[in-house]
Amino acid sequence: MAKFSLKVNGKSRVVDADPATPLLYVLRNDVKLNGPKFGCGLAQCGACTVIMDGKAVRSCVTPVSTVGGKPVTTLEGLGSVKKPHPLQKAFMEEQALQCGYCINGFIMSAKALLDANPKPTDAQIKEALAGNLCRCGTHTRILRAVKRASGQKV
Amino acid sequence: MKTFELSRRELLKAGGALIVSFKLFPALDLFAAESQTAGMPDPTQLDSWIAVAQDGTVTVFTSKVELGTGIKTALAQIAAEELDVPLAKINVDMGDTDKTIDQATTSGSRTIERAGPQIRQAAAAARKELLRLASQRLGAPAENLTVKDGVVSVAGNPSKRVSYAQLVGGKRFNVTIDAEGRLGEMKLARDVKPKDPSEYQTVGKSIARVDVPPKTTGEAVYVHDVRIPGMLHGRVVRPPVVNTAPASIDESSVKDVPGLVKIVREGNFLGVVAKTEWAAIQAAEALKVTWNKPETKLPANREDLDNYLTSNKSFTTLKQVEKGDPAAALGKATKRYEAVFRWPFQLHGMIGPSCAVADVRGNKATIWSGCQGPFRTRASVSGLLKIPEENVRVIYHEASGSYGRLSNDDGAEDAALLSRAVGAPVRVQWMRQDEHGWEPKGPAQLQKLRAGVDAEGKIVAWEFIDYSLPWTVASATTLLASEQIGLKAKIPGQGNGNQGGGEIYAFDNIKVVAEEIPWMKPEPIPLRTSNLRAPGQLSRCFASEMLLNEIAADLGVDPIELRLRYLAADKRAADALKAVAEKSQWQKRRQPSENSSAAIAKGRGVAMTRRAGGYTAAVADVEVERATGKVAVKRITLSHDCGLVVNPDGVKNQVEGNIVQGVSRALLEEVTFDANGVTSLDWETYPILRFPDVPELDIVLIDRRDVAPLGAGELSTVPIPAAIAHAIFDATGARLREVPFAPKRVLAAIKATKPA
Repeated sequence: MAKFSLKVNGKSRVVDADPATPLLYVLRNDVKLNGPKFGCGLAQCGACTVIMDGKAVRSCVTPVSTVGGKPVTTLEGLGSVKKPHPLQKAFMEEQALQCGYCINGFIMSAKALLDANPKPTDAQIKEALAGNLCRCGTHTRILRAVKRASGQKV
Repeated sequence: MKTFELSRRELLKAGGALIVSFKLFPALDLFAAESQTAGMPDPTQLDSWIAVAQDGTVTVFTSKVELGTGIKTALAQIAAEELDVPLAKINVDMGDTDKTIDQATTSGSRTIERAGPQIRQAAAAARKELLRLASQRLGAPAENLTVKDGVVSVAGNPSKRVSYAQLVGGKRFNVTIDAEGRLGEMKLARDVKPKDPSEYQTVGKSIARVDVPPKTTGEAVYVHDVRIPGMLHGRVVRPPVVNTAPASIDESSVKDVPGLVKIVREGNFLGVVAKTEWAAIQAAEALKVTWNKPETKLPANREDLDNYLTSNKSFTTLKQVEKGDPAAALGKATKRYEAVFRWPFQLHGMIGPSCAVADVRGNKATIWSGCQGPFRTRASVSGLLKIPEENVRVIYHEASGSYGRLSNDDGAEDAALLSRAVGAPVRVQWMRQDEHGWEPKGPAQLQKLRAGVDAEGKIVAWEFIDYSLPWTVASATTLLASEQIGLKAKIPGQGNGNQGGGEIYAFDNIKVVAEEIPWMKPEPIPLRTSNLRAPGQLSRCFASEMLLNEIAADLGVDPIELRLRYLAADKRAADALKAVAEKSQWQKRRQPSENSSAAIAKGRGVAMTRRAGGYTAAVADVEVERATGKVAVKRITLSHDCGLVVNPDGVKNQVEGNIVQGVSRALLEEVTFDANGVTSLDWETYPILRFPDVPELDIVLIDRRDVAPLGAGELSTVPIPAAIAHAIFDATGARLREVPFAPKRVLAAIKATKPA
């Protein structure tokens, strides 16, 4: 076990963890965040996605020891029901989910996309979200939500 | 830390901070009189179904659970409609076995059809009682009263008014209602007349789902997010096949895992408990176990499986229709058609694997679960721990979408065994390979079809036999941990359904049956089976609609025209087909219709079905790369009739998801296995549809105000594989007989096509 100083959603956190612990479990069990979800532990589904140092990363395969001082943003760091981020608001307006278990990953991947490319084409959105799995099949709504959030015509 | 263990009475006193998201309602102190005995409330008491708080908020209690399909909102709409209360004032409290009445497991797309009327009648009974009270209070006959937004007033004299809250807020109704029958069949308050659908204002509107906002922000509390003080973390260690015993366990292999609390073995059940989740994961991974290797007589490949399905005697025959004498008619037919179709084992494929939290103390247990049937989980945990059912409380939280998988709550049993072993609350989550390997899968199937056409081109004989594995895991069988500690299922399972074999067509001689082939013996089996969304029907629809389309092609008749000849007596079926033809701008065609030899062959296909009273028809547009056999589904157009539509956008969301899942199952999905177990244990070896391959969707909802509302959770996924197969046939002439339509298989089918 070792102490790690993390910067999560703008706040500093010190956690005591085995250095190999994937960031996902630290965020969920130590920082008590519910946004990032366990889906596969293999970086295959995207449910655990967070933004680290501006990039969408799979927290299920990111050892906490490699995070260092890089800022980590989770779904909670974007906004709340009372004060949603434009992406969250767009997902609400498009009713772009069913069970919602994967939605953390889609919103966080979309956030990284829009930060890098504010007006993506449909093909760019689909490509950027190709690594995220949704079993309920809400893709067409997700596409509309991301376009809406980017200020493009839906 | 909010407590997760509020009783119904406590909830009503304290307000529903947890279950009632983002709303608090004032204390209902008069509920202090309520019995404190745990267990299911009395269905003949109106108070068991509906409560009005002092601020006028109405809580509806239901054992049905939100699985991501939107029923929480739809049921709230139904209650709001009958009560004339704004939707924002309705709370729906779901799936707590101490607070709700067992209305049956949430499955089979049956919530709106069956629980909907129960809630409608309970709400109508509440409204009737409220009007009776208002009549006394206002000194006016009930028939002169009107209700708006939970306020009763005298018609023509709006100053004479009283609110629901003033009438019963915080108090009990103390009204007995009629409750006849059980579960989904229960009929409530039959003497009370609900509103006529022509008066509906809330039902029928696309109201935004109440569960959506917190799911976009991380504020929703899924079962995976439940944290109980003192909670430990567990993981299971499964053998490659059930029911195998650990021959030896090397405990020294995990002695260095920090925070390991206990290695738990009961019978053949094996798991670990640790202080942290990561420690539990590491321990489960590192634990060296040698499993006994009993000889399995399991079919080790598809050919063996087909032999197994067709050479073993069925334990039950599910008859869908038997009319006339198909065998004799076949004998006299001018043209005969025969085909065999195959369907693989497929996964429910929850994105979030099974998860539950259990707190077992002495002879009592509390289970936090994302299951589809809280009362079913209560019964299984009771049987597993050998404690009375009323000592088990199951509290529902949403889980990952389950599509039938969580009818059978394996995770709850695992958590219960581990919690009992350590005397503390334990959270268990399956790892990805546990879920892929051990979820009870959609059963493999094989169909044999024969059809005959007379000299006038009329289909005079239709014989459809489905050979299916049953659900080895069902309500009357045992779950995984129970099996492992030695509890045995007494029955071979439950049938995989029999709809979708062509029974909607008025052929003079027709037989559609399903033979259920036992899959219990010989144990051990690595492939458990259960109900997967629209059980068995995608497969049957693929077989029957594909053969029908091929007959149409052979007769030189447009496939929609051919169908309509046999649907004259079923207007809703014909309407659904005509609606999709119109929406897709279907042009009459002789098939295969693609004549060019272009590298990319384009085609379109059609299929339809009826399921549980609903109708749907789909047109698929595909492109097939001739050289590789790669299929791209470009567009699905689909018509959908599930009776009166409660929430159009909610239904549309369901339909879209059903289509995408259907495309995925048709193009990609197949569980692979050998004699030693399942070999597709992750998303690489069992891929599902990804974003770039999702087709354009075009949906027509047929809203029938004269037909009672039906579910929308299954119907529209059924015709998708059949429509895609037909489109591939249209494009290339390839006759697909087996799912998935992988490039290799499609290419082989193209090569087998003889030039016309």
